[in-house]
Amino acid sequence: MPELKTTRSITKITKRVRHQEQGEKKAKGMPELLKNEKDFVVPGEKIVESMDYIPGRNCFRDGNAIRSKKIGVVSVAGRVISIIPLNGTYAPKVGDMILGEVIDIQSNGWVVDIGIAHSAYLPLSGIREFIDTTRTQLSSVYNIGDLIYSKISNLNGPDSIHLSMDDVRCRKLRGGRVLDINAAKVPRLIGREGSMIRMIKDKTRCNICVGQNGIIWMDGENQDIALEAIGEIERQPQQDGLTDKIAAMLDSRVKPLQTQTMVTNSTAAEKPSPTGPEPEVAGE
Amino acid sequence: MKRADGRKADELRPVTIKVGVIPNANGSAMVAMGKTIAVAAVYGPRYLHPRFKQKYEKALLNTVYMMVPFSTNERVRPGPSRRSHEICKVTREALEGVVCLEEYPKAVVDVYINIIQANAGTRTAGINAASVALADAGISMKDLVASAAAGKIGDEYVLDLAGKEEEETDCDVPVAYVPGQDKISLLQMDGKLPPEDVEKVIRTAIEGCKQMYEKQKAALRERWVQKG
Repeated sequence: MPELKTTRSITKITKRVRHQEQGEKKAKGMPELLKNEKDFVVPGEKIVESMDYIPGRNCFRDGNAIRSKKIGVVSVAGRVISIIPLNGTYAPKVGDMILGEVIDIQSNGWVVDIGIAHSAYLPLSGIREFIDTTRTQLSSVYNIGDLIYSKISNLNGPDSIHLSMDDVRCRKLRGGRVLDINAAKVPRLIGREGSMIRMIKDKTRCNICVGQNGIIWMDGENQDIALEAIGEIERQPQQDGLTDKIAAMLDSRVKPLQTQTMVTNSTAAEKPSPTGPEPEVAGE
Repeated sequence: MKRADGRKADELRPVTIKVGVIPNANGSAMVAMGKTIAVAAVYGPRYLHPRFKQKYEKALLNTVYMMVPFSTNERVRPGPSRRSHEICKVTREALEGVVCLEEYPKAVVDVYINIIQANAGTRTAGINAASVALADAGISMKDLVASAAAGKIGDEYVLDLAGKEEEETDCDVPVAYVPGQDKISLLQMDGKLPPEDVEKVIRTAIEGCKQMYEKQKAALRERWVQKG
């Protein structure tokens, strides 16, 4: 009996997948959208009047129609319509990397403030090393006030957020500085596959850690320049050619330092007679 | 009929809406309807303190309506009054229906409405500003709420009473309207009106709400869509 059930559910899934594929292929025969992809919508605006589409994130069904719940930009993936919000507090998602501050220690874990209405919980089971609570105080692992970079492991409704340190990127952050940006602008700051943040890190040689919740930690060289770049992205996230603009800004601001170190390195390796800027570098 | 300020009977006062006027708030808007100016600021959803006020299954919508002391010719005594208390309540109830409060359990969404200049219709201006500010804050909403008042002067149904008209009219009917759902979320009446006129006055007000809705949408677009 149980075997039969499994087979049935598998056929169901394959059927559903096939159906979805067909849906995507048939996209041209689908009813026309009232709002196209990347169009701006306000709450309550009708995006499509059809049952052929499915409401995704930040949308809802109203009769036959799909309407937006937020100010944002329409995004269509196959039959699913969702809205990419332009503003708003961070909405937790499983798998997101977030930055938070430990605000309380309980018998079996830590309470972490992640900058939204609800605090997150990092249970003992969420950290990698084994801790014997009869011998070790939890505060010796993470103490109140510590900043941690961790992953959302489990969500049980919007007010029960569980964290875990079970990821190579997770760690406690020491020193440096912390800043808050609007969580809706974090995807812009990170860029496609991390292109933007990687560029800022490479060009400034600053160590930056971006949480999906809009909390950013940075430490190292050129912090002020990195800060300026982040501020610019937060202020004007939608402008065209943002990456190039930021790249140009970073190049013009960071250049002197970069060339100095490069010159010394190359001259030391290739030419026996060092040129101009070396003493300055030594001074730093 | 010509009105005191030269408007047609079914014409709103000149409306200007500015979005994002308060940088420290999550969302904000200023709505000017003629000489009435309302500024709304939205904070949250954020942690609700004290905890006994938290609701288990949804957020609390906390609306605070206030007239600043210099908003009228006669100084307004600061602090809550009978009138402001009532307006806080009706504003909250006008907005509660559209804000998806169940998405933010145990939290609070604070809406502060300040009337910085009053010349009739402050509650409608306040609701208009609050609704735009809530949308600007990126809070989940089923729709925007637009609001306008209507009345009857002589034989005519007039929209958006201003200044002295409030004294001339037989009644003042503020209405808040949810355009997407074609529903009314606020309906009050001050004065007397024969039953057969009630619907006509409400319809006049709804027409005004629809005009207001278009202006709210345009203002949000101007704030969030890059130009050129």
